[in-house]
Parts: sequence; structure tokens; C-alpha cells
Amino acid sequence: MDMASITASSSHSPSRTRITQEPRWVRYTLITIALTFLALFLFVPLISVFYEALKKGVAVYIAAISDPDALAAIKLTLTATAIAVPLNLIFGVAAAWAITKFEFKGKNVLITLIDLPFSVSPVIAGLIFVLVFGMQGWLGPWLAEHDIRIIFAVPGIVLATLFITVPFIARELIPLMQAQGTEEELAAVTLGANGWQLFWRVTLPNIKWGLLYGVILCNARAMGEFGAVSVVSGHIRGSTNTLPLHVEILYNEYNFAAAFAVASLLALLALITLAIKTGIESKVSQQKGPNHEH
Amino acid sequence: MSQFKQHSVLPGFNLAIGFTLLYLSLVVLIPLSAAFIRATELTWSEFWTVVITLRVLDSYRLTFGASFIAALINAIFGLLVAWILVRYQFTGKKIIDALIDLPFALPTAVAGITLTALYAGNGWFGQFLEPLGIKVAYTPIGVFVALTFIGLPFVVRTVQPVLEDIETELEEAAAMLGASRLQTFVRIIFPTILPALMTGFALAFARAIGEYGSVIFIAGNMPMVSEITPLLIITKLEQYDYAGATAIAVVMLVTSFVLLLIINLLQWWGRRRNALI
Repeated sequence: MDMASITASSSHSPSRTRITQEPRWVRYTLITIALTFLALFLFVPLISVFYEALKKGVAVYIAAISDPDALAAIKLTLTATAIAVPLNLIFGVAAAWAITKFEFKGKNVLITLIDLPFSVSPVIAGLIFVLVFGMQGWLGPWLAEHDIRIIFAVPGIVLATLFITVPFIARELIPLMQAQGTEEELAAVTLGANGWQLFWRVTLPNIKWGLLYGVILCNARAMGEFGAVSVVSGHIRGSTNTLPLHVEILYNEYNFAAAFAVASLLALLALITLAIKTGIESKVSQQKGPNHEH
Repeated sequence: MSQFKQHSVLPGFNLAIGFTLLYLSLVVLIPLSAAFIRATELTWSEFWTVVITLRVLDSYRLTFGASFIAALINAIFGLLVAWILVRYQFTGKKIIDALIDLPFALPTAVAGITLTALYAGNGWFGQFLEPLGIKVAYTPIGVFVALTFIGLPFVVRTVQPVLEDIETELEEAAAMLGASRLQTFVRIIFPTILPALMTGFALAFARAIGEYGSVIFIAGNMPMVSEITPLLIITKLEQYDYAGATAIAVVMLVTSFVLLLIINLLQWWGRRRNALI
């Protein structure tokens, strides 16, 4: 395909030929309907989080997010995320390395198994850890004997978060590394590179944006997870409450201003996540640009 | 070749695959198998009496019904949104494109309380809807609204790349041969994006049936009326009815796995169809 046809078929090109362009009134009608739908279901809800959070004034807002229970919730959320993201990062890289650089039997089954947590309800993700570690669970009596608490304690929250976020980094890396193939690595090995050199100098520079992308999404989900964590947390204020659970408690106590103040922190996190994600996407498409012209 | 792995000069396979399988087993597979193994502690008749009581059946009807309608709405509007993002120019397009993923990034509890505040009787939307006799918050319609919100990005994000890849030559040829734009859309564009559209629909549906956080605030959670199945699992768990919770969970898990299989088949169909074109 020559350059001209690439430009013509490019989605962002304003130079679509007239015969494949709808009449002006059709275009404007479609854009209006789509934007109205998005406004009602996306933009207005987003704005209303911040409106509700600041409705009672800045003093109430600051009091809500500097409350000791809120600070404890922030600390727990950061702790769980600080454990879950690095572990899933190592897992994602290991799984993508094995899957994309080698041929072995059962590869497709493995890929499906990695995606499995995406199709499990968060509530069930919590339930299964109760079935393993809870008082009536497989390991419950043994854990009680040794005075180890997992369910209704921090380890349970970490486990539920881990389960929910397992696929995020792996599923970003697998298609990326599959597309890159093994040529560069094979060349490096032929030139005498050892395993670590190979990874740090050849593979990592190639996958760094995909890796960051996965980490950002994994981080957002880890901090925001509600259902799974709710099942295993026990909702002990100041002790096993993550930020989303703290939002729920405040809301159920009819303390709406405080609930939305804490919720606005999470909404801010979502916006930052989307901004970084969009930044990475435009960076990657810029890098791809010149390569496509060769 | 009878070996498990083909030979390669690249290092690290044993370490990588060993860690992958160990981690996946400990974090995902063994805990997940607990649900199925614990369910076998029930006899068949005990299992059936739990999963087909009236209250549970009503929760399936609500969960699957609202999820289906929400996924359908998302299929229609998701296609429209993908279309205007790929084909048309308008101000603010980049920001709107980025914000499509908001439901993925926004914690579900935040979505839940926000939608409830909007659709409650004194909320921004509720104050206009309630005089018309439309109650959204604390009714099954609220469940549908929440599920539409969380499923919104799926269809857009599956259809968008396929739409971007469509060659305009085909459309030009159709126009030359006298086809109207509508005919071109129905006969040429729509069949090309159909697998992606169906994949997006199935992904939105699969996500919706398991959803909990965004729904429980707006649903009102009245048994037999606005109580979703995931909430029923939590209710049973809080009553220490582990067997009951597990039985319902197994029904949900089997449904999810069947959906996962269908999604994989749809994606395979889409790849094959695009390869042919």
C-alpha cells in the first residue's frame, strides 16, 4: 500500500472524498445524539462528583479528607496497592516472556486462564478467599490455632486486590511482545548477551510504554476495587477500611458531603489515570509514525 | 513434536513459566477451585433448592435482564460514539475520546453514589424525571442506569479500531456503483464491524452481570424487586450461609465461563473475517 492510500484511509484525515461522506445534516445529527448520550451518562456524573464534594464548602471538604479514619483508609489503600502492583508487574513480565518468546503446548489455555479474573464477579473474588481462609474455610481452623488473621484483616484485602488485578499488566504486554517477535533478542543472544543483559537492554526498552500503561491501569483498579475487598474486609473503621469502603460507610451514615469529598479523591485518581494513559497512547502513535513510512 | 516446549536459544523459559504457573495457581486457580469444591459438599437436590428459590430466580431475572438491556443500549450508542470519533471532526474530540474510558478508571463505589445522587428525587436528573412518574433511583431502572454506565467503554473500544481499519476504497466503489450511504453502511460497513460489535456487547454484558459496587447504592436492594444476584451472595455470606452463597456463586461462575468462551469465539470470528477482507 502506498502512502497516498494510507493518508486517505487514515481516520483523522479531514480529506475524505465527498462520496464517502454523509450529508452535513446527518453528520451534525449523529454527533449531537452521541454527545448528548455521553453528556448524560459520563460528563454530568463526573462533574457532579466534584460539585457534591464542594457543595458544603471547602472547610467541610478538607475536614472530610483529613479525618483520621479517612487518612487510615488512604494508608491502607496505598499499602494494598504497593503490594499488588509490583507482584502483578513481575507476574505480567514473566507470563508475557514465556508466552511470547517461546512455543509450548497449552499456550492458549494459559492466556485464557490469565484473563479469568476479568470474568469473575468481584463479589465472588472475595467469596473464594473467605472459603479458603475464613473461619469455616479450608485453612480457617489452622489459622485460628496459630492466631493468624487473613479474612477481615489486611492480608485478605491484599489477596482480593491481587486476584482482581492479575491480568492487567500481562494482557498489555502479551500482544505488544507478540507483535515485536524474537528477532532482536535472538540477535543479542548470538552476540553473547546473558539473560539479564538481554532483558534490561533489549526487551525492557521495547516494552517500557506498554509496561507503564499496564501499571497505570492496574494501579487504578487496585486503588478503586470495591466488591471483592468489601467481602473480605469486615469494615472495621480505621483498620480494614480502604478508600472506596470508607466512601460507602460515610454514604450509608448520610454524611453525603464527606462521602463525596473522599469520592472526589478517587475521581481525581481516575482522571490522572486517563491523562497518563492518553499521554502514553499519543507517545506510542508518534513513535510508530516514522517507522510506518519506511 | 512430542515435547512440551520447542527448542529455543533464548534464556529464562523455566523461570518465567514456573513463576507464572505458581503465581496463577496460588492467587487465582486454587482459590477459584474452592468455590467448585465447596459446592460439592451439597447434594444435587440441596444445590437445586438453593439456586432456584423464588428470591434467587427474581435476582437472576433482574441481573440478566438489566444487563442485557444495558448492553443493548451500549451496543447502539457505543457504535454511534465510535462512528463519530473515527469519521467526524469536532471540537473537544481528543478529550471526549480520552474520557470514554472513565467507567473503567472510576471506582465503582464512586459511580454508584454519584448516579444515585443524580437520579434521586431531589437530584439533577431526578427532579425532572419524578414529576413525569419515572422513578429511577431505588428501582430496577436504577440498576439498568448503573450497568449502562459501567459497560459504556466496551463497545466503543472494540468497534473503534475495526472502523479505523476499514478501507475507503470499498465504500468509494459502492458509491460509484450507485449505492446510497445507507446502503453502503448496511451492506459493507456493518458486516465488517459486526463481530467487533457483538464482542463489545458480550463484554459489556459479562461485566454487567457480575457488577456490584455501582449497583447497590442506586438499586434500593428490595428482595424480589431490585436485588441483584451478587448482592444475594453477600447477604447469604453475612448470614453465615456459606453453602448457599457458594451454590449461587457457582451458577454465576459457570455463566461467566460460558460467556468467556462465547467472547473468545467472537474474537476468533472477527480475526478470521478481517483476514479474509
